[in-house]
Amino acid sequence: MPELRQQILILHLAHPDLDAATIAWALYDGAKPEGELQMQTGDEDTPPYKSVLAAMRDGWFVMQLPTMPTFHRGEEHETGHLPYEYVLERRVPIHG
Amino acid sequence: MASATLETVSAKTSSVGKEHLLTARQMAQFVTDGYLLLDAFIPQELNEKVYADQAAGKGRWHESDSIHEVFELPQVKGILQSLLGEKPIYDHSALHVVGPQQHTGQIWHADSIIDARPFAFDVQTMYFSHDVPKETGPTLILPGSHLRLVSNLSIARYKNIVVQKQLIGKAGSIAFLHHGLWHCAQPNFTDKTRYMFKLRLRPGQEQRGLFNTDGYDDPEVRRIVGGFPHNNWQGDQARAENIQRAKLWRYVCGDDSVDTSFEGVLTRMHI
Repeated sequence: MPELRQQILILHLAHPDLDAATIAWALYDGAKPEGELQMQTGDEDTPPYKSVLAAMRDGWFVMQLPTMPTFHRGEEHETGHLPYEYVLERRVPIHG
Repeated sequence: MASATLETVSAKTSSVGKEHLLTARQMAQFVTDGYLLLDAFIPQELNEKVYADQAAGKGRWHESDSIHEVFELPQVKGILQSLLGEKPIYDHSALHVVGPQQHTGQIWHADSIIDARPFAFDVQTMYFSHDVPKETGPTLILPGSHLRLVSNLSIARYKNIVVQKQLIGKAGSIAFLHHGLWHCAQPNFTDKTRYMFKLRLRPGQEQRGLFNTDGYDDPEVRRIVGGFPHNNWQGDQARAENIQRAKLWRYVCGDDSVDTSFEGVLTRMHI
């Protein structure tokens, strides 16, 4: 059995439907050795998957679904972080 | 030698003529996108003087008279006056350097700390004295992110966001950013050092009606502020962003009745 390590893929969607369009993405690859470049800011123009559902079909497992936002009177139109953040994982042999 | 005092900056950014002020369309674009990028805006002769100072290790605000000359140009003063008034206040400056073949990008961040002011804003100028094609690491920004409440590095988990934009340009490019705009430095895949001079200025007065306000409620201008140009990354929150933008437009126009909001929400809800 090869040694496995975790890859974490974070997908942000346009709205909470898991088939909604991916608007942001980040990959953290635990199978890469220290010192090898991880995904960098601005290094890709196109999301790896068009949605969370598409990533699931390709073998990624969803670890976390975002809690729905809570809206407060007086702050109804405030925005901050990207709210619809899905964390996915897969386990792959060590590489690099 | 110029010094980095508040008084120096204020004195050198005195009033300019209306022809140098931002138009209503340009101001609408700033309010909507959170930045203005002017390609090859600074004369090449001055770029070369600034670059020489930077390469010689004396390119910071308090070290270079040439960098002061950039901010004394009427066309630069006019933009600053449009955004900050006649006496902007020096906040801080930095010469950001990305060394040759530095392949790691900076993490996404918003500068300073969560801003407590509802509408007032600082301006961060980013000036490149040399060409900044993609491979040299132009600063990466997220257009339309400036009104979001985040805390400095709290967005550092993100790596790529659709329609993120690098400030690619020729020598003399200068960008004027709302302080809240998300940004980060980019890797440099060349053998040359990349320099970006940043100057942050605060307003010296209320920022109402400072630009050339002619036609600020014209249909074309309303379409810019009242549209949804960043819908592709703001998704469900694009409408909330539209409302915030409409409030900021009222503030910078100095008219608390103008309403560019989605479905006239500001008027309908008496906000």
